[in-house]
Amino acid sequence: MKERDYSQYKGVWVIGEVREGQIHAVSYELLAWGRGLADALAVDLAIVVLGKDIKDKVDELISRGADKVYVIDHPELEHFRVDPYSNILTALIEEYKPEVLIASATTMGRTLMPVLAVKLDAGLTADCTGLEIDPEERLLIQTRPAVGGNIMATIKTPVLRPQMATVRPKSKRPLPPDPGRKGEIILKEFGPEWLTSRVRRLDFIKEESEGAPIQDAECIVAFGKGLKDGRHVQLMQDLARIFEGSLGASRNATDLGWIPYSHQVGLSGKTVSPRLYFAFGISGAVQHLAGMSSAETIIAVNSDPEANIFNVADYGLVGDLFEVVPLLISRLKEKGKEA
Amino acid sequence: MKIVVLIKQVPATDKVKMDEESGTMIRDGVESEVNPLDLYAVEEAVRIKERIGNGVEIHVISMGPKKAEEALRSAIALGCDRAYLLSDRKFAGSDTWVTAYTLSAAIRKIVGDFDLILCGERATDGETGQVGPEVGAYLDLPILTYVSKIETLQDRKIIAQRAVEGGHEVVESPLPVLISVVKEINTPRMPNFSGKMKAKKAEIPVLTAEDIGADEARLGLKGSPTRVVKIFRPQVARKGTVVSCVGNLQGAVDGLVDFLEEKAMI
Ligand SMILES: Cc1cc2nc3c(=O)[nH]c(=O)nc-3n(C[C@H](O)[C@H](O)[C@H](O)COP(=O)(O)OP(=O)(O)OC[C@H]3O[C@@H](n4cnc5c(N)ncnc54)[C@H](O)[C@@H]3O)c2cc1C
Ligand SMILES: Nc1ncnc2c1ncn2[C@@H]1O[C@H](COP(=O)(O)O)[C@@H](O)[C@H]1O
Repeated sequence: MKERDYSQYKGVWVIGEVREGQIHAVSYELLAWGRGLADALAVDLAIVVLGKDIKDKVDELISRGADKVYVIDHPELEHFRVDPYSNILTALIEEYKPEVLIASATTMGRTLMPVLAVKLDAGLTADCTGLEIDPEERLLIQTRPAVGGNIMATIKTPVLRPQMATVRPKSKRPLPPDPGRKGEIILKEFGPEWLTSRVRRLDFIKEESEGAPIQDAECIVAFGKGLKDGRHVQLMQDLARIFEGSLGASRNATDLGWIPYSHQVGLSGKTVSPRLYFAFGISGAVQHLAGMSSAETIIAVNSDPEANIFNVADYGLVGDLFEVVPLLISRLKEKGKEA
Repeated sequence: MKIVVLIKQVPATDKVKMDEESGTMIRDGVESEVNPLDLYAVEEAVRIKERIGNGVEIHVISMGPKKAEEALRSAIALGCDRAYLLSDRKFAGSDTWVTAYTLSAAIRKIVGDFDLILCGERATDGETGQVGPEVGAYLDLPILTYVSKIETLQDRKIIAQRAVEGGHEVVESPLPVLISVVKEINTPRMPNFSGKMKAKKAEIPVLTAEDIGADEARLGLKGSPTRVVKIFRPQVARKGTVVSCVGNLQGAVDGLVDFLEEKAMI
């Protein structure tokens, strides 16, 4: 490995995300992660955002924890594409030399960060659920699940800089906005040679489903083979609507074609960390648990008292989901009326 | 057209056993399999070959212990043409960054020119999903991750769909390109008899660090920028309440509603 002097590397950087022209909520989660790390190191926290027409939308990044906001605003940066994003970020990181660089483990973060790790000659840890600073060594302690959630690994990057990690979306709450916070907004310009991309975006086919993509959802109503028939997805949707939640599913349920694969939770699907996860008629196979066991609160309904899902549930009901769900919906609606 | 497929051999996930005391994985006697998500990459390569016909050659590469040869044989059984195993004590302990460096050095050396590299979305053991894009970056290729459909592949161009948050992005890229695929892309086949015979007879060269001309300082544990400093067992079991609905449906559901209120979920 190259011997390099990393003594100038200082500060914590996070990479914000813009979707459909708006600063996406994962950016605020990243600031909450970054704030804790920057305070522990007694350094500044910076966020960098790339996008189109975003320079007037970045104030909240300061009120939610950033000391510095680097903005690259250009029509060519409207959508994430590897070439321009990675070229620009590589240049900025080589210029400003942060010691820690964090992004969200979204499809963007999981594509961009590996490319940056190669371009910057730095190590990267994926999909962390915990980040801390070791006070003595001033090193980033990265914790992540592996082997289908069977083990947790603690990882350090002793030599190379920046220390890079992606964190699971929803694994931290954003800080409440503090309108009095002071910070600096720095607009950076990049010429056309920085903006070219080998990959072209031709179109976007929006998925017609209610609720946020499951990786972004605060509440997920998930179902498995116990739902018995695709017709009953409607029942799940009725409940999800009350929580403004999104639908999730086990592999068996997606394999049966009851819902598109993009809703599958687990080892060969999505990894999610919502605040609230309902599991209806899901047995709780390890491969399913791998995708959802870091949810804040887990509710399970299963007719089999021995179902493994109960081992991870905060509240479990042994019963028939077709009895429980309609009653639950009507109770919640009564509450809604009371409120 | 030359297609490269990257596959990893992993412990069969449902068979993973943990030593509860030490918190480490028991590897002895655990069966291995091709990383399930890599089978979609193999299948897609074979489908491209079937569609285009003559002149398509599929090279499959894996880095791992000698035993990973089994994974390569199963890829040949499914329709891949040639397989190479990268195996050397010097590779032991590689993190993703070094794995990608090693794989890309091998691709350069043994395959030379290629049109397409296919890999899985992530491996079920490490679950990082980093190796694919890192290989793309080492080889300075355009990179398409999360590909759920290849729409067209002609005139040195590919049009594909990427499954991202909220929908599918349709993208176009010149070749050569690196693609990581998701499960949605196809349904992998089972090997047939003639495939199995071919796999049995296939010669699988084993390549070392020297063979691929890799910089030794960048290999294995020594070359890896990240270090696993501790492995522990997560607290999976939550001290949850489990209530039976038998003869007590109302009470059980009311209890749930109270619980949700307590947690400020409603
Ligand atoms: C490599 C690999 C990767 C995998 N990846 C994933 C993955 O990403 N995601 C995933 O989910 N699985 C995955 N699996 C599959 C996993 O092992 C299980 O087979 C799957 O999760 C089971 O789905 P299920 O719980 O819906 O079905 P089942 O296991 O059939 O469970 C159905 C449950 O419904 C309950 N039930 C039935 N009727 C009712 C009723 N009326 N009311 C209440 N409960 C009822 C039953 O008691 C049962 O527990 C993977 C497997 C492998 C080998
Ligand atoms: N040791 C390896 N040998 C060959 N391919 C690999 C290896 N490790 C990872 N890959 C490929 O990279 C993808 C992502 O792996 P990972 O980054 O480990 O989750 C896998 O699905 C494989 O296609």
